Amino acid sequence: MTSTPMSLGAVKMGPGRRRRLTMSQREAVVAFIFLLPWILGFLIFLAGPMIASLYFSFTQYKIIKPPVWLGFGNYVRMFEDQLFYHSLKVTVNYTLASVPLGIVAALTVAVLLNEAPWFSGLFRTIFYLPSVISGVAVAIVFAWIFNYRFGILNYFLSFAGVRGPNWLGDPHWVLRAFILMSLWGIGGNVVIFLAALQGVPQVLHEAATIDGASGWRRFWAITLPMISPAVLFVLVMGVIGTFQTFTQAYIMTGGGPANATMFYLFYLYKNAFNWFEMGYASALAWLLFLLILLLTLLLLRSSALWVYYETGVEGRGR
Amino acid sequence: MTTTYVHRWKRSALWMALKALRYVLVYVLLIVLGGVILLPLLWTLSSSLKPFGAGITFPPQFIPKQLYFSNYPQVIQTIPFFTFFKNSVVVTGLAMLGEILSCSLVAYAFARLRFPGRNALFLILLGTMMIPYPVTMVPTFILFNYLKWVNTLLPLIVPPYFAPAFNTFLLRQFFLTINAELDEAAKVDGASEFRIYWQIILPLAKPALATVSIFSFMYYWNDFMGPLIYLSDNDQFTLALGINFLRSMRGGGDLAVQMAASVMFITPCVLLFFIAQRYIVRGIVTTGIKG
Repeated sequence: MTSTPMSLGAVKMGPGRRRRLTMSQREAVVAFIFLLPWILGFLIFLAGPMIASLYFSFTQYKIIKPPVWLGFGNYVRMFEDQLFYHSLKVTVNYTLASVPLGIVAALTVAVLLNEAPWFSGLFRTIFYLPSVISGVAVAIVFAWIFNYRFGILNYFLSFAGVRGPNWLGDPHWVLRAFILMSLWGIGGNVVIFLAALQGVPQVLHEAATIDGASGWRRFWAITLPMISPAVLFVLVMGVIGTFQTFTQAYIMTGGGPANATMFYLFYLYKNAFNWFEMGYASALAWLLFLLILLLTLLLLRSSALWVYYETGVEGRGR
Repeated sequence: MTTTYVHRWKRSALWMALKALRYVLVYVLLIVLGGVILLPLLWTLSSSLKPFGAGITFPPQFIPKQLYFSNYPQVIQTIPFFTFFKNSVVVTGLAMLGEILSCSLVAYAFARLRFPGRNALFLILLGTMMIPYPVTMVPTFILFNYLKWVNTLLPLIVPPYFAPAFNTFLLRQFFLTINAELDEAAKVDGASEFRIYWQIILPLAKPALATVSIFSFMYYWNDFMGPLIYLSDNDQFTLALGINFLRSMRGGGDLAVQMAASVMFITPCVLLFFIAQRYIVRGIVTTGIKG
């Protein structure tokens, strides 16, 4: 990590030409010029909007008229808003199912790929392919696949003698359809897990084999602890991602049926851009931010209990 | 348990048989799972060549008896395809350019220059990666509305010129792996920081820039929520909005037409993926493991 040029300050180049700035002062000035796009972007597109949305969250603001101060009105409204609770519940349910299932599925595929001496690259390509395809196209295609009467999913189920449910039309099934669909996009995580698996030192496995450990035992005692940092990363990114589920709900179900896919972000979007409740939407956005922050911190804190960090051995390429 | 014992066991017929069985099992599973993953894609492609009304026939056909390529021209007639395509190219191209330039500039400063508060600022950069887009969505919309930029492509093109955190982080990680001797030598020879960045670091970082460009392309090409919020006139739509818009058009409700549009929309990303797969894999591994 310490590959930055060490102090050349003592060398004193071009004395006198650059006013009276020392070498390191000059470097700092140059650095801030390089950083300017990010600093401006941070202020204009991040810090500024966040402060503004905090202010708007305490107002009623419908864009056409200036904001009216409400105090905690929007937050009080939230606690009485059944649809708000419902959207939160839908999002949490979806997260609780799709993130762990996605991790188990991706890990399974990655382990299989790691065991495969031939065509492993080809299979990796196949599993990753869905990840390069846009949410819009995926949603349009899966809306047909899940079709109750003509979709191929129910057609395949009929071979097994199962009468497939009305996936997108039945409030009890629609979230399961979304979870199933999310499993199609595990490719990115497969690649991450595969790289982690390939980083597990073979020596450990050999030593454990000589000690008589079974394959299953080795997986739990060696492989899993060794790749736990990757699991943590995938878990955190997965939770952050599923809390922002939107496109599927917008395209496939419009939040229905009976609000069964009224995801938090979809509800926020409707408030902001269908009903122009910018104040309330800002309050919802801030709560989303705090929820994600809290969940991320909890997961990171919990990692002390289950994530194994090897120290010193890593460092390829750095 | 001595090593000779292990060696003898490894030559035994039973061990060989178990090993073979294990490979068979692995490949059967991989083929089945891979098939499940590929099926929706193959079905999309085959459905795009089906006749009108094929979506509401049962049982569904996997290989059409006759190939109807007419669905593709049908898409172009149903929606202003080339306008949408042009908008997508403009947004994606300019956004990519902005992202590569600004991210590499900022990443260079974080990787190579020393300045007070560098670690604190870098932590802030990492922190901003965690902030979900929806949090700033409403006030940013209000800002662009105030600037009269709503219903133009500008809200989609301009923000990438301000160094989005993810790719800045990615490039900084790559820059750290570039040997510092070259730019130190150039510095001693009196080259300016900008020259070192432009003539030494950037050429050496071409693979990294390729990775960032690909991620950037995929993101802006596929972005749905941004265009949905900012664009309301049809002639401003990007393709991502356009193929959803198609569904509301007369004749756009048909399976074959929708699948043809989907194929046209995803083809650039799929092609790019096949051409540049190794850069993608490397990028994912860098963020997932080193991050």
